[in-house]
Amino acid sequence: MAEIKIKKGLNLNLEGAIADTTVADTECKSFAVIPDDFTGIVPRLDVKEGDSVAAGDVLYHDKTHPEVKVTSPVAGRVAAIVRGERRKIEAIVVEADGSGRSRRLDVAQAGTRELLLESGLWCAMRQRPYDIVPNPSVKPRDIFITAFDSAPLAPDFALLLKGREKYLQKGIEVLASLTDGEVYLGCSPDWVPEVKGCVVNTFVGPHPAGNAGVQIANVKPVNKGETVWTLDAVTAARIGELFTTGEVPFGTIVAVVGESVKRPHYARCTMGCSMASLIGNDVDEPGNCRIVSGNLLTGSHVQADGYLRFPYRQVSVITEVANPADFLGWASLSPRRFSIYHSFTRWLLGGGKPARFDAKLNGGERAIIMSGEYDRMLPMDILGEYLIKSIIAFDIDKMEQLGIYEVAPEDFALCEFADTSKLPLQKIVREGLDKLYKEMN
Amino acid sequence: MKGLRNYLSRIKPNFMPGGKYSKLQSVFEGFESFLFTPNTTSTSGVSIHDSNDSKRTMTVVIVSLLPCLLFGMYNIGYQHYLAIGQAGAGFWDMFLYGLAALLPTIVVSYVVGLGIEFIGAQIRHHEIQEGFLVTGLLIPLICPINTPLWMIAVATAFAVIFAKEIFGGTGMNIFNVALITRAFLFFAYPAKMSGDAAFVATEPVFGLGGGTLVDAFSGATPLGQVATATTANPQITNIVGEPISTLDAFIGLIPGSVGETSTLCILIGAFILLFTGTASWKIMLSVFAGGLFMGWIANMFPSATYPASSLSPIDQVCLGGFAFAAVFMATDPVTGARTETGKFIYGFLIGVIAILIRVYNSGYPEGAMLAVLLMNAFAPLIDYFVVQSNIKRRLKRAKVNN
Repeated sequence: MAEIKIKKGLNLNLEGAIADTTVADTECKSFAVIPDDFTGIVPRLDVKEGDSVAAGDVLYHDKTHPEVKVTSPVAGRVAAIVRGERRKIEAIVVEADGSGRSRRLDVAQAGTRELLLESGLWCAMRQRPYDIVPNPSVKPRDIFITAFDSAPLAPDFALLLKGREKYLQKGIEVLASLTDGEVYLGCSPDWVPEVKGCVVNTFVGPHPAGNAGVQIANVKPVNKGETVWTLDAVTAARIGELFTTGEVPFGTIVAVVGESVKRPHYARCTMGCSMASLIGNDVDEPGNCRIVSGNLLTGSHVQADGYLRFPYRQVSVITEVANPADFLGWASLSPRRFSIYHSFTRWLLGGGKPARFDAKLNGGERAIIMSGEYDRMLPMDILGEYLIKSIIAFDIDKMEQLGIYEVAPEDFALCEFADTSKLPLQKIVREGLDKLYKEMN
Repeated sequence: MKGLRNYLSRIKPNFMPGGKYSKLQSVFEGFESFLFTPNTTSTSGVSIHDSNDSKRTMTVVIVSLLPCLLFGMYNIGYQHYLAIGQAGAGFWDMFLYGLAALLPTIVVSYVVGLGIEFIGAQIRHHEIQEGFLVTGLLIPLICPINTPLWMIAVATAFAVIFAKEIFGGTGMNIFNVALITRAFLFFAYPAKMSGDAAFVATEPVFGLGGGTLVDAFSGATPLGQVATATTANPQITNIVGEPISTLDAFIGLIPGSVGETSTLCILIGAFILLFTGTASWKIMLSVFAGGLFMGWIANMFPSATYPASSLSPIDQVCLGGFAFAAVFMATDPVTGARTETGKFIYGFLIGVIAILIRVYNSGYPEGAMLAVLLMNAFAPLIDYFVVQSNIKRRLKRAKVNN
């Protein structure tokens, strides 16, 4: 076991953390699968509105790799297939019928890969390069499992995986059979599960130490032409359970957090459940809140009538606009404003006090003026600013040379948070990866 | 504030496309976002943002310039009253004289520069950007106090248009805009920019500070005196012929461009910039290191041909515009090196070249401005090599693995 120190980055201490770790049960009728969550898959539907499905039944498959399948988290009826512009599928809504029917897969018969693909759990993994659902025809060099989440207000993996260590162990064995390389487990020093058959590394340091990309970069970076898979330990445990019981576990524990949540708590629910079932009326100012499925840095913005989205473990709620008439905000001396710079007075309070945020950009978009800002927040051997510029210019050679294959949008989340120029860095990286994928395939 | 907010919202449609004053859209939005932080929220990616923005960053730089500005005003008055033989004049007399003498320059610099920025923003339908707020204050601080206002106006217009706007505005320029202004003045009107008459305000301003010059008066700056000296170890004096010590040069009660004389005030500014994290300590430190290093080399081989070589390294960094350039000019992130390793090289070379020009080119008594401009041109090259080394490291890693 190696200990790896991460120096760059930032731990954001926000209001709205969970004090009481009891897990509450929730009830939900309506569930949805959002194809946008599974980047890299072009959906071809296997169901139509009105069809009856069991939990684990296939909802759609990928156009180029039909063996890559996305499955229904509950038994019920396909209530709606929501389409957007150019008939893009935005959501597949399943109304639960309460029967609890679920599809059993034959663990003994099928091969490991086939079973993973058929169960839909394949889609909970990602590959570098491109940060997409893994291409089933490529064998990965290594597999990286992250066993902690360092993002703001993230759930504690020790709690999510309580009593599930045996499945995690099984999952690691299953994954090890899929690569000729190693399975790496990246842990925080707070919780190191006792597992065998993988290389355990502990990462000491601030966020984004828990990001797969950062862990890969500090263990064994991805080179051009190589493919690695990444997944979280919760998914690995689900894989283990599938290979033990033959059923896909769709249950999940979600941390409902954020300053606008009246009572931050953990909730036990099923993947894709409705936001209403998770937060209900439990928020301040329902008309002026931002609901994010995931953490506040990388999560997806959802409406109050939306659904829980991949990776199904956190919901954060903050105020959208806290102060609509913020007079001379740039001159403020208030210690309530959070900044990584000492030009605001917050440092006078010391480091301990949790910060409040609303969803404002706190400024206008500008050219990149400050230098070294991204480097401070990116603990990888990557020149963030130059990579971003090469993506904006879409200079493929430069992107490759500067390490585009090593990064995912989430690695730039903290840079985007800190950016004085308020550029949408994750969007830039995502679009760059998508365009590059199209060029190269 | 709600009332003002509502008023702005009410008149806003007039400034939008199709409105009566749509030609002033950028200006209106500029003032609106100046008064009230825009309520734009993120539409993708992170939902929370750091409070720091470009307005705040520029504000911090302006605050860090204030010690130099205020001391500069006082020093204008101090030099003036010294020149007319009334060294005993009160603090406020001196300060007010300096304020009155400098204010028109500040106003002209801002009016001309911001005016061009407003027009440029409107032509390109951009938001007005904050960069000139700093430039507009730097210009009066690096010019001799006796520079005619029309020259300031012409030079500012030239710099803003040809050094900034044609490259795309704030954040896109290759050369430091304030220094281009100074360089334009230096090369276009050399007679007004150097010598005896440039650096000490001798005329009364708005009726303040009337008097006749004392006989011993000579307005040459210390570096000017050194450059025109004919012997080794020239004696540096103030404007009435009394010797100047290193401490005087550090405190700053010596003739020179308005903001650059007081190394002490510059260091206060440097502290503000570094403490807030606004400027790079790597650049600042390495400029001083380079200057002291080159000053030391020159001082090891003093020569009567190059009288400035007899100055000690400490004198070299305390005199002239060196410290001001190190703290406020070299650290401009837009025109400087942007890679962390590059910053050390960039800064060090600025320090070395500034002293090199100062000592071995007797045509130019001061080299800081030219050194920064020269290294502005080379910053991309330095960065190129640093980026290239990152690329090579990645290639090497790939080859080792495969």
